[in-house]
Order: sequence, then structure tokens, then C-alpha cells
Amino acid sequence: MLFKNVSELIQYAEENEVPIAEVMIRQEVEETGKPREEIFAEMGRNLDIMEKAVEDGLNGVRSTSGLTGGDAVLLQQYMEKGNSLAGDLLLDVVSKAVATNEVNAAMGTICATPTAGSAGCVPGVLFGLKPRLNPTRKQMINFLFTAGAFGQVIANNAMISGAAGGCQAEVGSAAGMASAAAVEMAGGTPQQSAEAMAMTLKNMLGLVCDPVAGLVEVPCVKRNAMGSSQAIVSADMALAGVTSRIPCDEVIGAMFRIGQSMPSTLRETGEGGLAATPTGRALAAKIFGPAAATTKEG
Amino acid sequence: MKFRSVFDVIGPVMIGPSSSHTAGAARIGKMARQLFGRKPTWAKIHLYGSFAKTYQGHGTDVAIVGGLLDFDTYDERIKNAFALAEEAGLSFEFIEEDGASDHPNTARLRIGDDESDFELVGISIGGGKAEITEINGFELRLTGESPAILVLHNDRHGAIASVTSILADHHINIGHMEVSRRDKGKDAMMIIETDQRIPEDLMEDLENCQHIVSVVSISE
Repeated sequence: MLFKNVSELIQYAEENEVPIAEVMIRQEVEETGKPREEIFAEMGRNLDIMEKAVEDGLNGVRSTSGLTGGDAVLLQQYMEKGNSLAGDLLLDVVSKAVATNEVNAAMGTICATPTAGSAGCVPGVLFGLKPRLNPTRKQMINFLFTAGAFGQVIANNAMISGAAGGCQAEVGSAAGMASAAAVEMAGGTPQQSAEAMAMTLKNMLGLVCDPVAGLVEVPCVKRNAMGSSQAIVSADMALAGVTSRIPCDEVIGAMFRIGQSMPSTLRETGEGGLAATPTGRALAAKIFGPAAATTKEG
Repeated sequence: MKFRSVFDVIGPVMIGPSSSHTAGAARIGKMARQLFGRKPTWAKIHLYGSFAKTYQGHGTDVAIVGGLLDFDTYDERIKNAFALAEEAGLSFEFIEEDGASDHPNTARLRIGDDESDFELVGISIGGGKAEITEINGFELRLTGESPAILVLHNDRHGAIASVTSILADHHINIGHMEVSRRDKGKDAMMIIETDQRIPEDLMEDLENCQHIVSVVSISE
């Protein structure tokens, strides 16, 4: 492997004077033996799936359980009125992240990045930045390779599933990956990508996975909204020259240890946190019957 | 390094809502279909742990039935798998098990038709990845990420050597191999994961080999 952690990834990019996306592509060629063009085309297909999911979500969808759907539409309508607090770019990012997760909850087709429950952050940030940065298709595909490089480091050094490490491992990782890729697409350096990733993940540390009724809906959809907005803020901070006092690899290490010490009720079992609130239990009972709501926290 | 490819992290493309409860479940169903070798006419699907608790909301049920109909994780027909199963003459039943399982997302599939039946245990390990841990009572491990050959054979000396030499003749490299048996000297099972696709004539050579009872292959 060309890199096992973020510092090796940055070092390789700097020494060879290539973007992080290029390091990821080279490693993929080395690992799989597949030709470069085939790898690039495969990522292009994933990009198309993401774009379609954003479009479908912005047209309005609703999940089988009825818990989620329609919020992406609400956000777009609100933006059209032109007096939002956060500004159009940020809300566009958020609405496109929400759109993706609403499509996921409605059993539509998505690309897991890194998981289905956290699938909104990366495309939300990418397609939300598209009107601002006017990237070429190649640059958009490279965005996904850059996000993938950071995601692979997290997956191999910590974890990317809520069952293993809580939501910090899912939406935390996804938001960190998106912020690093946003920096690169905006013209930042590899080191600035690492700073953005570190700052995003630092603020996600400790986030639990507590889905109501065990479903990938509440609070997953809105956590992708928050994750994607944070990715944009961290990217801007890094591009402004703000750095993380704790290096990116050490933040990932902290995330791993926090994930390991998280109780199982807060790791995707639907037994703790928001799932165990009176409303969370009532919703579970409504969807699956009273037996589903009898689980206790702790 | 568990995650070697960028597409483990940016992917898979799948029908929502859960990589573990939907995509992984579809993969278990599809592996069962491939190992059985044809469309079953009936299926009894036992669900354990988190699968048993949340299968309806996650579409674990339609995903497994979709897999039995040979659908991939990204096939939009998964959503309508129940109606499509009825049209295809596949009857199915879900059984929620209270008992403990080694892994939280476990399914035991019993499938069959007029000729024979087949049983397998699958686990969904996250991110859309799934593994088979038991086939017809033989404990083993099969990921479905590489092409694989499943060989039921008599537990006799030379059986394994004859199979591996046929693979060598066809220039097929073995990436992972396991042998499992229930009792000494009776039936045994080999699982061979390969780096290359498995050609038809190789399967014919294996079928004609001494001590081999039956052979099936699955693609990626």
C-alpha cells in the first residue's frame, strides 16, 4: 500500500507533487491490478448514481415508515425566498445531503459513502459546491477519490460502522472525508485537506448511533445535514490557514478508542439515546408493534 | 488492512436504507441462489439478532427474497421482490428467532424445489459485506467477493490433490481454501476462492473427477 495513515498520504502527495486523488488512484491500480481507465470509469458510475439520488430527493420522497422525507424540498423552497440566515451555498449543500439520505430511507438507489446511513455528506458537499466551483467531470470524480483516500485510512485504522463505533464513525467519517475533498477541489494543499478532516472529525467525536426503531432515518438524515454543513465550515477554516493542534491521525486514533469504549446500547442497536426517549419508543411501537418499544437503556 | 479498495469506502451502489441490513442481506440471498444453482420454489428464512428485530423497516426481507431471485444489491426490483417472487413461483416464509447467534445480523436460509433442498447460514458484517458461515451443516467461511467453487466430495486421500491439480491445469490461482467435514471418512466440503473467473470446462473436469459428489461455482 502507498499509504497506511494520513501523514503517509500527505507525504506521498507532497513528495510526488500530485493531488491526493492521484495518490488514491495509483494505490487502487497497485492493489487491484485493474487499468486506470477502468477504475476511473467505475468511480464515474458512482458519481452518476449520487447525482441521480440528489435529483430524486429534491423532487420529494417519503420512507415506508413515514418517519422521513420531504425536508430537502422544504429547504429548497426556503432558499428560493432568498432570506436564509446561512446563505444559499450552505443550504444547498445541506438540502442535497438530506435529499440523498431521504432517498436511502425510501429504499432508493444510493452509493454508500462510507455507509448507507452516512451517504449524504459526500454528495451533498460535492453537488452543493458544484455551482460555486464549476468543476469538470474529471474534477468531480477526483473529489470522490480524495474522499475515498481519507475514508480508507479511517476504515483501516478505526472503523466506519455505527455498530462498531457509533455515529462518529459513520457521519463523522463521511463529513471528514467530504471536508478534505472540498479543500482539494477548491485548490487547497494536501496538508490543508488533512487539517479540514481533523477539525471536522474532532467535532464529531463521541457522537452515538441511536436510531429510532433501529431504522436508518431518525436522526440519521439530519445528522447528514449537520455533517455536511460542518464539512464546508472546516474546509473554509483550513483554506483560511487555520490548523488543528491535534494531528489528523491522532484524531482518528481518538475516534477509534472512543468507539471501542461506547456501550452497545449506543451502537446501532436502537436501544439507547434518542431511540430510548418516550417519543422514540412510541414511534417504534407504532411502526413495529408494542414489543419493539420494550427495550430498555443501559 | 481490511479495506484494500477505494470502492469499499466509496460504494457499494445499493438500494437503501442500510448497507448491513439491506445490501448485505441481498448478498446472502444471492449467494444462496447461486450455490443452490437454480431458482428455488420455496424458502424458509430464519432471522436472528438485529435482523429479527428490525427486518421489516430495513427491507431485509425483500432484500433476501430479491437475492434469491438473483438480484444484485443495486437492483431496483428488490423493492417489489415479494410480488416478483409470487410471479416466479417462489413461496417464502420468515421466521423470527429469539435464540442467540454469534453475530447480530444472522440469517439461516432453507431453500429448495421438487428435486432437492439446501441450507445456509449467512452473516452481514457491515458496509454491504456478507459472509457465509455454514452450508448444509458444514462450517466454513465464504465471502462472495471472489469467484468461488464449492465441492462436495468423499473424505478420501487424494480428493483435494486431484481438485487442486485440475485448477492448476486451467491456470487458476487459489486465493483462499477451506475443507470442512462432519465425520471422518464420510462427506466433506471444499470451498475454493479463486483469483480468476471459473471457466465452464473446468467445472466439467471437476465433475468427472474421482471422489467428487457435486460441484457448484459462484461468480463475484
